[in-house]
Amino acid sequence: MSASVKTTTCYMCACRCGIRVHMQDGNIRYIDGNPDHPLNKGVICAKGSSGIMKQESPARLTQPLKRKEGAERGAGEFEPISWEEAFSILEKRLGKIRETDPKKFALFTGRDQMQALTGLFARQFGTPNYAAHGGFCSVNMAAGMIYTVGGSFWEFGGPDLERSKLFIMLGTAEDHHSNPLKIAISAFKRRGGRFISINPVRTGYSAIADEWVPIRPGTDGALLLALTAEVISQGLYDREFVARYTNGGQLVVTDPNAPNFGLFATDDNAEPALPEYPQNQVWWDRHTNSPVLSHTPEADPALFGNFRLPDGTQVRPAFQLLCDRVKQHTPEWAEAITGVPAATIRRLAHEMGVTARDDKIELPIAWTDCWGKEHRTVTGNPVAFHAMRGLAAHSNGFHTVRTLAVLMSLLGTIDRPGGFRHKAPFPRAIPPNAKTPTGPEGVQPGKPLAGLALGWPASPEDLFIDEDGEPVRIDKAFSWEYPLSVHGLMHTVITNAWKGDPYPIDTLFIFMANMAWNSTMNTVEVRKMLNDKGADGRYKIPFIAVCDAFQSEMTAFADLVLPDTTYLERHDVMSMLDRPISEFDGPMDAVRIPVVPPKGDCKPFQEVLIELASRLKLPAFTLPDGSRKYRDYPDFILRHETEPGSGIGFLAGWRGTDGRSAMKGEPNLEQWKRYEDNNCHFKLELPHSYQYMRNWNRGYLEWAQRVRIRRHADPILIHLYSEVLQRFRLAAQGKWPGRKPPARLASRISKYFDPLPLYYVPLETEHTDRAKFPLAAITQRPMAMYHAWDSQNAWLRQIHTHNYLFVNPETARAAGVADGGWMWVESPWGKVRCMGRYSEAVEPGTVWTWNAIGKQPGAWGLSAAANESRKGFLLNHLITDSLPGGTSNSDPVTGQAGWYDVRVRIYPAQPEEPQEVFPTFEALPRAPGTREAPKRWMAYVSGKITGK
Amino acid sequence: MSKQLALVIDLNVCVGCHACVTSCKEWNTSGLAGFLSDDNPYGRDPTGTFFNRVQTFEVGEFPNTETVHFPKSCLHCEDPPCVPVCPTGASYKRAEDGIVLVDYDKCIGCKYCSWACPYGARELDEHQKVMKKCTLCVDRITDASLPERDRKPACVLACPTSARLFGDVHDPASEVSVAIRESGGYQLMPEWGTNPANHYLPRRKTRKHIHEDELVRHDNPLKIDGQLPKPAPSDPSLDDVTSW
Ligand code: SF4
Ligand code: SF4
Ligand code: SF4
Repeated sequence: MSASVKTTTCYMCACRCGIRVHMQDGNIRYIDGNPDHPLNKGVICAKGSSGIMKQESPARLTQPLKRKEGAERGAGEFEPISWEEAFSILEKRLGKIRETDPKKFALFTGRDQMQALTGLFARQFGTPNYAAHGGFCSVNMAAGMIYTVGGSFWEFGGPDLERSKLFIMLGTAEDHHSNPLKIAISAFKRRGGRFISINPVRTGYSAIADEWVPIRPGTDGALLLALTAEVISQGLYDREFVARYTNGGQLVVTDPNAPNFGLFATDDNAEPALPEYPQNQVWWDRHTNSPVLSHTPEADPALFGNFRLPDGTQVRPAFQLLCDRVKQHTPEWAEAITGVPAATIRRLAHEMGVTARDDKIELPIAWTDCWGKEHRTVTGNPVAFHAMRGLAAHSNGFHTVRTLAVLMSLLGTIDRPGGFRHKAPFPRAIPPNAKTPTGPEGVQPGKPLAGLALGWPASPEDLFIDEDGEPVRIDKAFSWEYPLSVHGLMHTVITNAWKGDPYPIDTLFIFMANMAWNSTMNTVEVRKMLNDKGADGRYKIPFIAVCDAFQSEMTAFADLVLPDTTYLERHDVMSMLDRPISEFDGPMDAVRIPVVPPKGDCKPFQEVLIELASRLKLPAFTLPDGSRKYRDYPDFILRHETEPGSGIGFLAGWRGTDGRSAMKGEPNLEQWKRYEDNNCHFKLELPHSYQYMRNWNRGYLEWAQRVRIRRHADPILIHLYSEVLQRFRLAAQGKWPGRKPPARLASRISKYFDPLPLYYVPLETEHTDRAKFPLAAITQRPMAMYHAWDSQNAWLRQIHTHNYLFVNPETARAAGVADGGWMWVESPWGKVRCMGRYSEAVEPGTVWTWNAIGKQPGAWGLSAAANESRKGFLLNHLITDSLPGGTSNSDPVTGQAGWYDVRVRIYPAQPEEPQEVFPTFEALPRAPGTREAPKRWMAYVSGKITGK
Repeated sequence: MSKQLALVIDLNVCVGCHACVTSCKEWNTSGLAGFLSDDNPYGRDPTGTFFNRVQTFEVGEFPNTETVHFPKSCLHCEDPPCVPVCPTGASYKRAEDGIVLVDYDKCIGCKYCSWACPYGARELDEHQKVMKKCTLCVDRITDASLPERDRKPACVLACPTSARLFGDVHDPASEVSVAIRESGGYQLMPEWGTNPANHYLPRRKTRKHIHEDELVRHDNPLKIDGQLPKPAPSDPSLDDVTSW
């Protein structure tokens, strides 16, 4: 018996913990957390501990498959083909598209842990039609915070619970971060920290909160405005922080007739420093009672007042405008919207403000700010927040998240001990430099895209639109409909491609996204679109290729299925160019190294892309003589540089020929080995003086500029007032010298591009008859399956075999719904029959369920009789992807899918009805190459499966 | 005093993630206790053997609801009712460390022990026809080939919130004894006289009280900007009505 231990990195969620795979005679004995990994420090979650069952899932695809001649899409009828055939089909088809009209190829990916490569492939191909699933997931979180503080929760930053005293979690239950957050919350509670959860539902992390504040879904923005108002009116904001580190003291032109109305007044005698990120704004110095250049030494800006500049321009400090905005948003106003009592709102504001002010932390760490002032200590105001999809997945989510970022800033908690802290490569400029092309000329046959497919618009000039102001991308991202759609709009791709609006495409390539099921809105209709033909008998979406490791509802609709490997069978990188696993104290990236050989004929998607890119001769993958540049993915990772000689590659550790450089340096052919020897990760701990206040920390910013994390070293002032949003509003009002929105969108832009935090009723809710559909319906993923579709996992599916609709007993009784009884839940768009469950842990105006437990019969290697398809249901059937009037059901600023906005009513099912979910779907046949599942029983012993 | 190994589970931090459930299954299915089988693994009503399960229940009425995650495995009772009922002596309590175990060479699958266990901690393996339950990972904690750090139960090492403490509850200086003493550790259903070795730690609440005079301080920033409300000179005052 031979035993050995291999290390690699988990892939079952975005956490990406270090794992040890314990091998016995070449088989997996068990998988546990790697104690020498800084992220999870040896712990592991339920999914990570069930990796074996993922590996052994009967849904594993092992051969490339082609849809059977004559079989309908969705029927799941396939014949196996060779990789050579699969590649030549793709090579021929994509080669032709690239030579004629590259935008007819759309690449959309689900789990986005390799965007650096998928994005590079799409860009080199020349298509603008590329994105990962962020637009469907939580782009509002990223955009709302990055446009305000230059960083965000997510992989980009988080709560510093190690030093915090008060932790407020909004709209997060079981999700990101997984293990590190669990480790941190537990230690925080044991240190006596106070934990408040604001959420319609009390599950998961909220269960151990000291206080649960139930709130109505989609109303967090109102609560946050009221909290902000109370913090300001009590004087509980950190004035020093606001004055120096935000744009609160800078003067905004308030004369509505001025050409620069609503923009910052500038001192035209001063150099703007960087034209894209000017620094010549003006303060009103309260000591000399006169206007001065922002950040003039010895000056201190007035935060309140109404002033006139020497040239007669009327101005007010941005902070004054913020106060004017929030003043009307009293706790009583918010109580009526949120259901949170006004007294609770006041108390929460006082707790936050007093803790931030009176429990200050002073760390003996000297640092210098960007304006040359030396600080002997780093100050912390120990109030930390965390939020995720609950705030984001509403059509008012961008402003809600922005309001949260503003409140966090007023409390003086940004990149400070005990507050919110960035993770490299954040903070970024506001907005980040990356930009898309700005017009259709950026897309040319046979050429790479003239910019990135996804970027960060700073003004209407950065939109990706044609002469008429209409979209260039298939998902209409970066158009006037969703100007700041920084993660794209994956949820609109199928609908738009089917409609041919803005144009038809030829090939849709989907990686690891279940768009025929849970990763789509109005699932039933989308499935029809995928299979719909025009009058000419040809599919409206002519060709669909899907790469996935498992047979799913989506693979059933593919013309070509490419079998991916699991995480234990591949090389992979968690790159600084994408979303690394950095921590607060420094950049960190990681790799996966195969521990077992690929099953059957499956191939990692990375290798598929490298092979395709080489065959298509995409420039970055091809030598001048036309031959392929990289042998395979590991070779690509070692040798690829963002530009020849840039020294920036996918991995940041052990660069340079001697392996001694970090972040930047020549390629090092020993790099994989070095990662392997270091538990598959690289971490660079920054000096203490670079670990805080990074938006304005000269030492850190200059270091970041030297290692090319950032282009410039200019300070990143917090945007309490968003000039970026105001530029779009001016354009909508006809006052912007550049691009203007089409007339039909002008009032929409003008309304939602408010430079100040804003609350409005979510668009769908506004459109719905709330007397008829009085309840909000939301979903979340259970912890044991978070970020993973684990119903194919024999152990995990026993934890969540089917789902219930959870209803407050008072609400349920009023509707005549019995505990455990069959019931209907109906929205204006559809209805679902499911089982109800009474719960005291949900506010009475909300019903909720676990997402993606329901499955199509026969999918995921489950038998057609499995509970997942008989009793398990999807709420997606109730959700619409478009609103009356034809716009997408998305946030008007970012295009984030508003999938938590649906309103429903409930009523009991009749006794004569079948006790089965509705809608039901045809059972899928087993795909060729998948293993027949043991029917009666099975047991796993060190790689051997017993049973029948 | 003799040793009594046990788990102490801190309900104050358990988030109900089920890591302990599946890591237990993963370790033990290839371990000493023989496999942990699954019936209908991919079909209708799947049900398998687990040594540890997490139940979730609600206490109180909205809005004063507590959601409690409650992991439960064999409690390694000091007076285990499952031992004396065993007709073959298969069910036994180890003298050296108090672990309650089943000797599979002797077990005949008669289920007397599972009827006797008031906690429902034992599960009969239908395919091996022997009684299975938590072994306190006896094959880990005593395995000298494992590094010291790993000689702990799988569930304890996995638990992301470190809600599962492991040690000797008879040693007053051990981490588990300190936790029981200082954090109100309790036994499950002590009235049954089983004297379970495993303990639970209750929820604890941290609150903040703000005195009224703590709210506004002398250095209130509104003062700097001249915003603390002052009455207008024209507001009525004593000067308007009294001349002394
Ligand atoms: S699934 Fe996520 S939390 Fe669990 S071990 Fe893997 S990466 Fe960590
Ligand atoms: S692993 Fe820990 S936190 Fe998770 S359910 Fe088990 S005891 Fe609770
Ligand atoms: S101690 Fe071992 S056998 Fe017992 S519950 Fe924990 S992991 Fe399972």
